[in-house]
Formats: sequence, structure tokens, C-alpha cells
Amino acid sequence: MSEEKLSAEEVAQEEVFSDGKTANIAGGELASDSEQVGDFVREKGIAYGMPYNNTYNMDLYPDQVRWKEGDLTATRTTMWSGPGCHSGCQIIFYTDEDGKLVKTEGDPNSPLSAGRLCMRCLELPQMVNSERRLKWPVKRVGERGEGKWQRISWDEAYDMIIENVRRIQEEYGPECIVSMIGTGRNVSQAIAHNQYANFGGADLTLCFLSGDSCMLPRTALCYVIMGNQWVADFSQFRARRYEDDPEYVLPEVAVIWGTNPVVCNSDAFLGHWIVEAMKRGTKLITIDPQLTWIGARSEMWLRLRPGTDAALALGMMNVIINEDLYDHEFVENWTYGFEALAERVQEYTPERVAEITWVPADQIVAAARLYAQAKPATVQWGLAVDMAKIGVITAHAIACLVGITGNIDIPGGNVLVDQAASLEFGYNSGIWELEGTDMVAKRLGVDRYPLKKYGFTASSQADSILQAIETEEPHPVKMLWIESANPIANMGQDAPRLYRALKTIDFFVVEDLFITPTAVAFADLVIPCAMSNERDCIRVWFDPLRTLTKASDKPFYEAKSDEQIMIELGHRIAPEKWPDFVQTDREYMDWRLMRDGVLDTDGTQMTMDRVEEKYHGMWYHKFRYKKYEIGGLRPDGAPGFMTPTGRYELYCTLFAAFGDDPLPYYQEPPTSPVATPELAEKYPYIITTGKRSFEFFHSEWRQPETISRQLHPDPMFDIHPDTAAKHGIIDGDWVWIENQMGKMKQRARLNPSLDPRVISTEHGWWFPEQEPAEPSLFGVFDSNPNNLIPQCENGTNGYGAPIKCAMGTVYKVTPENDTPEDQPSYQVCTTGYTHGKTHASDKPSFYDGWTPDYEPEGFFDIEEYWKTHERK
Amino acid sequence: MEKGKYGLFIDYEFCSGCKACVTACKMEHGMEPQDFGIVLLQDGPRECTDGVWEYNYLPMPTHLCDLCADRVAAGKLPSCVHHCQDAVMVYGTVEELARKAAEAGKSDVAIYVR
Repeated sequence: MSEEKLSAEEVAQEEVFSDGKTANIAGGELASDSEQVGDFVREKGIAYGMPYNNTYNMDLYPDQVRWKEGDLTATRTTMWSGPGCHSGCQIIFYTDEDGKLVKTEGDPNSPLSAGRLCMRCLELPQMVNSERRLKWPVKRVGERGEGKWQRISWDEAYDMIIENVRRIQEEYGPECIVSMIGTGRNVSQAIAHNQYANFGGADLTLCFLSGDSCMLPRTALCYVIMGNQWVADFSQFRARRYEDDPEYVLPEVAVIWGTNPVVCNSDAFLGHWIVEAMKRGTKLITIDPQLTWIGARSEMWLRLRPGTDAALALGMMNVIINEDLYDHEFVENWTYGFEALAERVQEYTPERVAEITWVPADQIVAAARLYAQAKPATVQWGLAVDMAKIGVITAHAIACLVGITGNIDIPGGNVLVDQAASLEFGYNSGIWELEGTDMVAKRLGVDRYPLKKYGFTASSQADSILQAIETEEPHPVKMLWIESANPIANMGQDAPRLYRALKTIDFFVVEDLFITPTAVAFADLVIPCAMSNERDCIRVWFDPLRTLTKASDKPFYEAKSDEQIMIELGHRIAPEKWPDFVQTDREYMDWRLMRDGVLDTDGTQMTMDRVEEKYHGMWYHKFRYKKYEIGGLRPDGAPGFMTPTGRYELYCTLFAAFGDDPLPYYQEPPTSPVATPELAEKYPYIITTGKRSFEFFHSEWRQPETISRQLHPDPMFDIHPDTAAKHGIIDGDWVWIENQMGKMKQRARLNPSLDPRVISTEHGWWFPEQEPAEPSLFGVFDSNPNNLIPQCENGTNGYGAPIKCAMGTVYKVTPENDTPEDQPSYQVCTTGYTHGKTHASDKPSFYDGWTPDYEPEGFFDIEEYWKTHERK
Repeated sequence: MEKGKYGLFIDYEFCSGCKACVTACKMEHGMEPQDFGIVLLQDGPRECTDGVWEYNYLPMPTHLCDLCADRVAAGKLPSCVHHCQDAVMVYGTVEELARKAAEAGKSDVAIYVR
């Protein structure tokens, strides 16, 4: 490899605000026309099935954006929020002569989703046409929490926003305005651009998700040690897939780590691709505290204690290194710090790791051998990695495991990816509007956390926002703009604490599909956003670039797309920032394609129309393997990785520079049988949460009219039959789940695959059929596991939180302990805590108290950054 | 539709229980909440004495399943078959399905005759 190395300064300059946008030179190269969507998908039958599968009648699914089918108009497009998910499947919307959505079908032309559709997209007409949807802007007329609204016009809504934004900007400064987003929404570009251009502040977060514990810890780690991020390769980045791609190799072994991929389909990765690979012979190792369906079909299932994933990865490396099963060629030529890592893993013998993780030592050894001896092998990791206080460290341990086995950027391994067309459609969208201001430097949490300070993410730290609200330090938060997120139902921990804090916000706007508990409790203004079928938009999350095409020109009452709201507000509040020719969401897309210099193969300007017409709404870019060999990962074109050493850093030089441990390690969760044995006497069970269902996406789909809610009417938690029996609980019983912080209730589902010491709860529950007004708030706190989970207990780098490894106990719900006054929602609305006034303390939901005891080296200069990154 | 002539083949080794078939059917036929043309059965997770964990889903058509006669007449596949996320459902004549099952040479296949 090249001896040329980048200084840490250069790396930081390239990576700052990266959020997926780095110097993946190959990212801008286009796939040739013959590599775009073609007939090979059609020949494959259904979802890359087996020879027994039927084939679609493709005459009925033409390669067009629109066609007529009887009286209905069919529109081929991509589905992506709202309602939300991470998948972006190709869908056909059927609308009647009034423009009403009456039916959906999966698009057989799609190389990604290949005709399939999940239950939520199939029942989408119920959601789109729901009478419960917010039809027009409303402003609060009673007290917060009374749920009394008055319909107002969009003009009045915009005036109200402008008046408050101007007042807060003048009295307190634009840094006192914060915007928040829900997970995986196709609104990153809108909410970011709106925040930067229209409000003038730089603070943007994944709502109140503690430690930003959804993908960002993994992403940040990847950028630090490899200058890019990896994804399990199931041939998804090329239009010809599996055996139709001559370069692709099926993984011999895939490790499914802390995710239930067919149910959650997270991080733009469709879990059913793994099933396609299983049919073709891929073997699996599943790492999960409970047996998932995919776990039951795995060669090995490792049932680990929640929160101990880092120890398991270190233990597996102990075996792989000591048994000399690692990839010498890759380690010697392309990694940095192997000797130090080899020394570190000696502390993690299989026997010690077995004690920590509860996975038997012989299974750790066997899994390590199975993974290391397979080539290629891949790791598909999930949220469990992020949801530990040591989330980044856990990601580091797993990334080292992948690194030493040489499965980096090879077919069927873990491949490095850029965003399609290198289009900046993430949280940096519109960041150029803050040039010349000190807003980015003032982002909350930036001064505490070097990874934030040096730009390894484009968002603020969620817990720091909460602390600023509570303490008004370093400055107060006067306005919250929450777009498609529902923090007291889902996206924020210690829900009662959020309730107490958010009541103090001066001006609170919610943009959403429905009146949510968050809207009732806090909002002064609620504005209706359009659903996916009502939007013209571009989806950029890896490759290909996809278009969302409006199924009809008729909106749902007065709902508008997120972009349309941003543009209309923009022309009123900051007209100098919005060109006259940008008046609609489609014009915004074309403006952004032009602004980012995105060209078609023939050199002409790319437009949304062109992606739809020429590329059938899916525009693939040239995806290359082993980019580190051909200089495809660095702006200087030299081989290697975009890191200070130019290598894949097992020993992380940037962590060393920040004063953190440069090598992965294991640390007990803040509360655990080991860390807090006295607490474990009272709260003996480990509570993991976030168990997904096909019916829901986080707090969505709870409307009782949906098939989802009818099939899954109540919140369920899983408990081992022996543990249940010990507490007199039978299947289906309502049960209180409680710990030192709070309580909530769900219904028991007996699950013998769990360790008897672990229970697994669902999240995101609220009950739209219940009373909106306080002290009910749609029952949002009654079944909420976030009542039991702390906020502000983050890793030293600001990322990660112990969300999936709290502790607690269980007892049956009885008429005596289930009076109206016993309901957590009643208690929180009247006292601020789930237990009532006597529960004065919510410890250990205290601030972690971490302050840097060193001064990070100031190698990053924002002024210098703008000199080289200024957009034309 | 002539009884006993057509059916559904289900490779339940790979049925992940996603309920796309259940929902596709209800939406296609505009069914009331209590009506289903196909339901999803579940076995497990359950550990056998040999240490193997059983965890299977199996869709089962009901008396309301008409194998999407209208869709089929229009040249489409039954909605459950079209949308099955794991492509485990096949529509055809009973003879065809039996032949396919034999050719697949695998276990965990069910054929429903309608």
C-alpha cells in the first residue's frame, strides 16, 4: 500500500459532517445502462425464489411510471415515510378517479424488493384514508395537555411560526431553536435544511434517543476506524443480484448480531435478503438473547446476556487470533495495531467471556471457528450493538472481528458504501446556509464529546439537548420542532423525565400524520404532513437513488409534504435563501440535484423526471469491491483507507488522540447483576426492550382500524415459563414491570427460549382509542418501557445508552393495584413520575457526570473546512 | 372454481411469519376484521429432547379463500402468492404443485388443495 499517510487534520477535514458523504470516489461513477434495472428481475419469478416459484405476468407490470388498469391509475414508485420504515421498497399505488388510494401491490420490476410487500404497505390505504389523520393545521386553544385545538389556515400557521422564530432568534439567538426527527424517515433533507435555512440554528437530533443509539454509534465508529461504513453484502448494490452478478459471491456464513432482520428490516437493509441467501446455502450464526425465527434456522444460536456483545466479540477474537485463524494477508497489508489488539484479547478467554455473556465457552469457540474459517463471511449487525453504554466500543469490537478475518469490501463480506450520486441528502442538507456563523460550533454536546466536535456525525447529542432544556446551560432551548417523532411514546428514554422537561418549552411545533401524545402534551401548533404516496421526493440511503412519485395530484385535505412545508415557510421567513424556481417539492429535488452537480451518463443535468423515466425510478451507481486496493476510498486516490494511518484501524489512533482507549474492551452495563448486586436483589431480571413486530414500526400503526392493531391489540412482553410460574403469571396475564425508576404494564407471552433471568418487552405503545387529554394522554405511559430506562447515561464519547439492558421485577396486575390512579399515565400527568409523589427520585437517571479531563487536540478548524468544502 | 383442482404450495421452512399473505388477502377482498381468507399458524419456539428448537409458521387458507379468482382471471397471481415476502407460496393445479414438491426434493412443504 501507499506509504503516504494523511494527517489527523486532513482526515477530520474530509470526514467532518460526513454522515455518509465521504470521498468514496467510486460513488460518483455510474453503472452502465445494461447494469440498470432490466429483464433479469422479471425472469427470476418472485423475490429471487426457487425453481418452484410462479412468475409474474409482466405484461401487467410495464416499465412505466404510470399506466391504467381498468378504472384505476397505477403509479410505480418507492415507499418511504410516512408512515415510516427503513426499507424503501418498490410499490404500485392504485388510485381511483378521485385520486384516492384504493390498493397497493408490490412492484415485480424491483431488483431490491422484487414484488414482495410487507403487511404495512399492503394495509396502507387504511392508514392513508384514516379519518383520524390530521387534516389541517391546528393550534392549541386550551392548556397544554387538554387536547383542545382550533383549525387554522396554513397562512396563520406560517405566521405563528415566523413570529415565534423571529422573537426567539432576537431575544435568545437561533441556537435556542432545536429540530428533531424520527428514525429512518425520508425527511432528513427537509428537516435539516429547514432547521439551517429557516431557523438558523444547527441543532438537529434523532429526537431524544439517548446516546443517539440508533445506527449512529456504529456509523461513527466505522468512520473513525475505516473512513467509511460497512454493510453486509447481499448483492443489494447492483441491479443484477446473486447468481446474475458474475462478481458476487454468496456469504458462506452470515452472523446476525443483535437484530431480528426479517421483522425490523433496519438501516436500509431488507431482512428477507438473508432468507434469499439461506435458500442459496448461506449458513447463519445468530446472536440474540431470545430465539428468533431466523435464529431457529441458524447453524448456531448464541443466547447472550443483553448488553455483553462487546465481550463476546473479544472472546471470539481471542479464539481466532490464538488459533491462528485470522487473515494474515489483510491484517499485515491493510490493518493497523494488530499486535496491540492481539494482546488485548488475551484478557478475554472463552471461559471468562462465558461468565460475562452466559454463552457457554464451547459455543464461543465453535462460533469463532465457524465464522473465521468461512470465506466470505459477513456480519449483519443491529440496534443491540448501539444500545449499550459502550455502544461505540461494542461496534469497535465487532468491526475488529470483521477486520482480522479480512472480510472487508469483498463480495459477500462487509462492503463499504457511499450514498447514491454522493448526494448530500442527510443531516448536512442545507448546512451551507450556516456558513460564517458559529452555530455548528455551538451544537449542544459538541464541546463534551470529541466525536461530535470533530464532525464524525452531523447531529447534536440528544441527551445534551435534554440537559440544556433542564438546566438552561450552556443556553436554554426555547423552541422545539418535532417532525415525525413521538418522544414520550418511543424515541426518548426516561419518558416521565421528558414529560417534565418538555412542558417548559416556550414554543413547540409538531409536524406529523396524527395527533400524537407528544402533540397533546406539549404542542402549541400541529401541522399535517403528507404520506409517502402524496410526496414527490428522492430517496438517498446507500444505492440506488430512488424516486418517490405522487400517486395523484390530490392531497389529503390540507396535508403537505415535508419539503413543501419547508419551501413555503422558507419563502416567507428567509426568502433570500430560496430561489424563485423552487416552489414545489419536485422543484426542490431538481434544485438539489443541480446544486450537488449530479449528472447523467451523457453529461446532462440529472432531474427527478429523468430518474423516473430513464431509470424506472431506481438509479444505480457503479459499485466496486476492494476499493482500498484501487484508491477508491481516499480523495488523493491512494490505496488504503481514509484514516490517519491509511489503514483499517484495529487500534484507533483518533480515540488515542481523544484520550479514550484505542482498543475495544468490555464494561458492565451501569445496572446489572454484576455491577449493582444490591439492586439486583430487588430487581433481579434483566429487561431488554425494543422487540419488534411485523405489525408496527415503532409507535406507528396503533390506530384501531388498522389490520396491524387488530392482529396485535395489546402490548406483549416475553417471559420464561419458569419465571412466570414463580410469580403466578400465566400466558396473556397483564403484568406490572417495575424498577427503581418507574413502572409499566404489558401482557405476558410465555417464551421458553429466553434465559429465565431475562424478560423482553415491546416499545412504542400508545392507544389512539383512549382519551387524548391528560391525565390519559392516550395511555402513553401505561405500557412504556422507557419509564424504566435512564437518559443521559452515555458512553464517554457521547454515544450509546443502556437501553436494552435495564433491570427490574414483575408482578401481576390485580384489581387492587390497577385503579385509575395506579396508571402510569395518570401518575406522570399529575406528579411527573410513574410511582406517584412518594417516588421522589428517579436515580440512577442522573447525569453521568462525565467531563473531559483532557483537552482534545484542536486539529480541526471549521474555517479551513469551509475553504475546501464550500459548495458552488 | 372446480373444487380439488387448484391449490397452494407452501415451503414453510422459509416462511418467516410476516403476515403479508394474511393482510394481502384481507385487503384484496375488503374483509371485515373477523374475516380471514388465510391465517397464520405458529409452532414454537419449543425445544425438543434432542436439543433442536422448533419454530415454524404455516399459513393456512380458510373457507373464504377463493384463490383470488378475479385476480387470476385478470392474469395476476393470487395476492398472497404475489406478495409473500419470502417467496414460499406457489399457486397452481394440484398436479403441478405435487410435481414441484417432488422436484424440490426438500422437507417442510405443505400443499393445500382448494
